[in-house]
Amino acid sequence: MDVRLPALSPTMEVGTLARWLVKPGDRVRSGQPIAEVETDKATIELEAEADGVVEALLVPEGTEGLPVGTVIARLAGVDDGFAPAPSAAPGVAARAAPATAQPVPPRAAEGPGPTRRQSVREALRDAMAEEMRRDERVFVMGEEVAHYQGAYKVTQGLLAEFGEKRVVDTPITEYGFAGLGVGAAFGGLRPIVEFMTMNFAMQAIDHIVNSAAKTRYMSGGQLACPIVFRGPNGAAARVAAQHSQNFAAWYAHVPGLVVIAPYDAADAKGLLKAAIRSDDPVVFLENELLYGRTFEVPQGEHLVPIGRARIHRPGHDVTLVSYSIGVDVALEAADALAADGISAEVLDLRTLRPLDEAAILESLARTHRMVVVEEGWPRCSVAAEVMAVAMEKGFDELDAPVRRVTDADVPLPYAANLERAALVKPADVVAAVKAIL
Amino acid sequence: MARTGSAGRVRQAATPAEPGRLDAVPEPERYVPTAQEYRAFYRLMLLIRRFEEKAGQLYGMGFIGGFCHLYIGQEAVVTGLQAALRPGLDSVVTGYRDHGHLLACGVPAHAVMAELTGRAAGVAKGKGGSMHMFSVPHRFYGGHGIVGAQVPIGAGLAFAHKYREDGGLALVYFGDGAANQGQVYETFNMAELWKLPVVFVIENNQYAMGTSVNRASAEDQLYRRGESFRIEGLQVDGMDVLAVRGAATVATDWVRSGRGPILLEMKTYRYRGHSMSDPAKYRSREEVSAVREHQDPIDRAARELVELGFATEDELKAIDREVRAEVAAAADFAEQAPEPDLAELFTDVTASGTPWT
Repeated sequence: MDVRLPALSPTMEVGTLARWLVKPGDRVRSGQPIAEVETDKATIELEAEADGVVEALLVPEGTEGLPVGTVIARLAGVDDGFAPAPSAAPGVAARAAPATAQPVPPRAAEGPGPTRRQSVREALRDAMAEEMRRDERVFVMGEEVAHYQGAYKVTQGLLAEFGEKRVVDTPITEYGFAGLGVGAAFGGLRPIVEFMTMNFAMQAIDHIVNSAAKTRYMSGGQLACPIVFRGPNGAAARVAAQHSQNFAAWYAHVPGLVVIAPYDAADAKGLLKAAIRSDDPVVFLENELLYGRTFEVPQGEHLVPIGRARIHRPGHDVTLVSYSIGVDVALEAADALAADGISAEVLDLRTLRPLDEAAILESLARTHRMVVVEEGWPRCSVAAEVMAVAMEKGFDELDAPVRRVTDADVPLPYAANLERAALVKPADVVAAVKAIL
Repeated sequence: MARTGSAGRVRQAATPAEPGRLDAVPEPERYVPTAQEYRAFYRLMLLIRRFEEKAGQLYGMGFIGGFCHLYIGQEAVVTGLQAALRPGLDSVVTGYRDHGHLLACGVPAHAVMAELTGRAAGVAKGKGGSMHMFSVPHRFYGGHGIVGAQVPIGAGLAFAHKYREDGGLALVYFGDGAANQGQVYETFNMAELWKLPVVFVIENNQYAMGTSVNRASAEDQLYRRGESFRIEGLQVDGMDVLAVRGAATVATDWVRSGRGPILLEMKTYRYRGHSMSDPAKYRSREEVSAVREHQDPIDRAARELVELGFATEDELKAIDREVRAEVAAAADFAEQAPEPDLAELFTDVTASGTPWT
């Protein structure tokens, strides 16, 4: 029987076969670990699903980038003897990895200088580690951040370097540890509070808004709250309504907060470092689907200023404004539009509060048309805010109404086809652009 | 049946004799003050009382707006506890009934009163108001308007003391109403787990707004609320400043010795309504006047000062005159001080001072 590489997390598309725990000819029992597989989140032992004898190991140890579904070994059933000899090359499962699993071509990172390829996850980890080395007051707390190495492996390795004092596993008590983090910031520390996902920060939003965001003002400027609340935000993959919401607009609504939502690894690193150094409370919205994506990241000290949008791709017929994973959709749409001879500029907001209105208006003044792309609900969204800016301050530059392309206005469904239908996609952006040209 | 049995087990498990448990908190003794200390306690309690009476008057005259929660009746709690702190080191945080706490931390009466009237000279530049006052130089971290929010914040202040190894502790005040908030128990769990240097003080004034403790709390002996987190609790007569001061010694010694948090339930009483707009129909006039006549912390201190020979009646009257003059001056100041400049609307929103939109 074939042993295929299983999906070991909702977002896993490829894995690494770290180590075989058995060799050909070994008898294995159902439930016995046969291999160690490294996923996008953790190293997991793969267990035999049935009793049998190891007939062949088809993938060498250390093989990276194995698509889910790859046949990695063959077991012969105990009773039916050895199966026929394996045919040619190991087959890949019918379920091919989606296009997003392929490395994207490198795009120009900010500024010249040497770069190296890094995942968003590694860039975030490096940002925290560098800032923790730089400033003794910086510590990270949250669920599974220390011994488990991070529920999404973002804090991997931090415990080993910084110890339990500065890498603090919390109980599952978001309201409590968010408030405790705020108190620690009042007390002179610079906490990084990780929420396993921003969905769970709903339990803590009182402290983010009432305690962190408002205190500087309420205290007449006496008491700062330098804290970073970070975690994955927005839809992941097939985790359905309660685990798939974009909260950007909620936080971007609140005076006193800084809200950042980067797309690529260079911005993730440079902006997280800036967030940790900020004297304001920062809500730092990551995206689970982007964690494993790799990009060029400048080597050495790399800081990105808060509050500045970035043109990812210059163009002159239309501006596509987006942030976080929406940028991915916009870039793909821009590629498709280019094939039709339409030149789209892609503007990545990167910071949602303060919003870089000047960048939005400058781009609009060049292209005179705008479509806002957002992986999130349409009502009272960041897209709605960008449209308001274009209307209030860029009206004379507009040659057509601004459009928004967002997720459907429904709780995110579980069924694969419904989920695909609900999420924002490049084809919708292309259609919106063509409608206003 | 099962319910009784399980409740029985819970009680048993909480006894100090349980193996592996830290030694029990020593029984607090009533504090033995010097004449100077007792007179200072008396003066501070009186200052808080007269200040709050004046705040009530100014509210009635329209100088103070919004919500205004008076501390009258509870003065012994903050007076006895603050006296055990090391000023400039230990941190203090409370809820919205905070005027007395600011005064006890040493914030000048005129700065507190000017905050109540929304003036630029207020302790928070007039931007916080009654419920949201802060004084970082006094290590007073609010003044929080959301019931129970100060509890994890206080544990965070304690976390910072432990992290910095500065030997400080955090004193966290909350009411019997806040004691039912879920975040309090999330905090208890972390505070004991991480042995944070924090004294939790429940100011049990018997009424959460209009709902009495017994109508809102399955366990109305609030000092026991830390049991399932292994947090020792003490119940204290919060109407006796020396009892409070004695318990404060036990609690701060416990916490400073690195044994983690402790919980104090201060049995106290507020004479006035929950806020200025509270008609207080949920209790009888007789109940209030009985406490005032028989348990008033200031009257008790006055009697004892004379009995102990620490002060004469005339000296107490002189203190009263002095306090009244201080409060009157604070009120005059707060009425006459200018409102904040309109440009202040857009300051202090962020570190850069920019009013980001």
